[in-house]
Amino acid sequence: MSLQAQDVTLSFGDRPILRGVSAGFDKGQVIAIVGPNGAGKSTLLACLAGLLKPDAGAAILDGTLVAALPGRTRARRIAFLAQTPEIAWDVDVHTFVGLGRTPHLGAFGPSEGDRAAIDAAIAAAGLEAFADRPVTRMSGGERARALIARALAGETDWLLADEPLTGLDPGHALDALALFRRMAHDEGKGVIVTLHDLNLAARFADRVLVLNEGALAIDAAPDVALTPEILSDVYGVLVRRHAGEVGPLIEVLGRAG
Amino acid sequence: MKLRSPLAVSGVLLALLVVLFAASLCAGRVWTPWSAWISHGQDPRWAIVFGLRLPRTILAILVGGALGLSGAALQGYTRNPLADPAALGVSTSAALGAVLTLYLGAAGEAHWILPLAAMVGAGVGVAILLSLAGISSSIVTFLLAGFVIQTVCGAAIALALNLAPNPWAVNEIVNWLMGSLADRSVEEVKLAAPGIIAGGLMLLTLGRPLDALTLGEQGAKSLGVDLSRTRLLMAIGVAVAVGASVAVTGVISFVGLITPHLLRPLLGSRPSAVLLPSFVGGAALTLAADILVRMTPAASEVKLSVAMAALGGPFFLAMLISMRRRLA
Repeated sequence: MSLQAQDVTLSFGDRPILRGVSAGFDKGQVIAIVGPNGAGKSTLLACLAGLLKPDAGAAILDGTLVAALPGRTRARRIAFLAQTPEIAWDVDVHTFVGLGRTPHLGAFGPSEGDRAAIDAAIAAAGLEAFADRPVTRMSGGERARALIARALAGETDWLLADEPLTGLDPGHALDALALFRRMAHDEGKGVIVTLHDLNLAARFADRVLVLNEGALAIDAAPDVALTPEILSDVYGVLVRRHAGEVGPLIEVLGRAG
Repeated sequence: MKLRSPLAVSGVLLALLVVLFAASLCAGRVWTPWSAWISHGQDPRWAIVFGLRLPRTILAILVGGALGLSGAALQGYTRNPLADPAALGVSTSAALGAVLTLYLGAAGEAHWILPLAAMVGAGVGVAILLSLAGISSSIVTFLLAGFVIQTVCGAAIALALNLAPNPWAVNEIVNWLMGSLADRSVEEVKLAAPGIIAGGLMLLTLGRPLDALTLGEQGAKSLGVDLSRTRLLMAIGVAVAVGASVAVTGVISFVGLITPHLLRPLLGSRPSAVLLPSFVGGAALTLAADILVRMTPAASEVKLSVAMAALGGPFFLAMLISMRRRLA
């Protein structure tokens, strides 16, 4: 049971975004993808989710090309959470989260199972009190949680989330990461998230992929991947690693050089 | 506010439609009471009811339904509450197709030529619109694309009038362009019904993809929605339904814009919830407007399109003001 990126290469026009990225992902883990702006994190995630087709190479889910899966089948296996998602209509949270059931719906609309999944997802994101609130009139943090709940409602094996912590305060960011860890460790799902916060990546990810200019700089456990040498090389900043209270603390001292 | 189920709202609107249907058979220059309906041709007013008002009423329901549903579907697809077959140039491109057959004198050759040309025109219009809007789904791009299509087709229609071979052709085109349900017969019903029903059914199947598009194109794709299939059904459905409508009545604007807006407070914004009620609601709105038009005490009957524009203009303005407040 695994999701693989095999030599994934993609350009937008003549601008190369991904230059042959290969990595395997196993279920039961939270895997963080980090890297500077424009490193290709979101593009890699979209390729893995089957939303973008690589120019060369492929995303492979359990031996099948993701791009070759029928849309509905793919959507039942992989949930994707976009970085700046569009919410076009001011539907209430319950309806919005229910969109996550789209690939499961039978001919006659939502079943008991669909309703249960929606309620469970709303509860997991801590949104019970907001279920009737229009999504477009929620605060950024509440909306981010509604988006996570929407992705959970699909009950997929894989959750691919592009910067899901954007707009969340520290408390809710911790809640979201704890939720991702529960999903991976307790429910055996595969969770792949792109993150900007290196400290959260170091503390919560089981594995970290560092992307730099469309190539994989390193793919390893957080302690090995997020070293001062690698970070200074990739981000161009001076970094010191301390031992913090609850995990490593990565302090950015300033620009390198 | 508590939201109602689409079926319940459709049911209430259907009841309203039945009342309007009966009123429509009675109302007009000549009031035809119930006794005339059941006279089996004894009463001369029987011919008015069954020869004129019945086809006109059925046509109002079909065309109004097609326009309301097309508006709801286009608004859902474009995620743009200002979308409407007329505002986006689809009706105008259908009209251009029809006008060309009138201009070339081909419309008289066979009765199906004009409707077919209108549907082809609508299809070309939708195809251009979706390809232009495919680049970016922003509201502004979409309205501008519609504006371009409308302007170009409007100019081409004006050119056809300008170069018309004889005054009768001009008269025919002008008369046809002013959308109306007056003096339509069973023939027009037969021409329009298949396209409207086929196109309408296609659009009604799009509820789930339209709902998923609430999350944008990427979001919908991640939920397993086949976007190219949705786009194709959308284009064909709108083209066939609107083309068939425009073919028999000319351009009637604002029905597609207004109907979903009137219904959203009851149904919520979920695009699929608005589809079926918009068909029934559009039919009721158009039929009510047509009854009022028939009652106007003017020497010649006010055209339905003129009445709808008089109603729709201020509505559009009010919407713009409320949207501006929200977007500002």
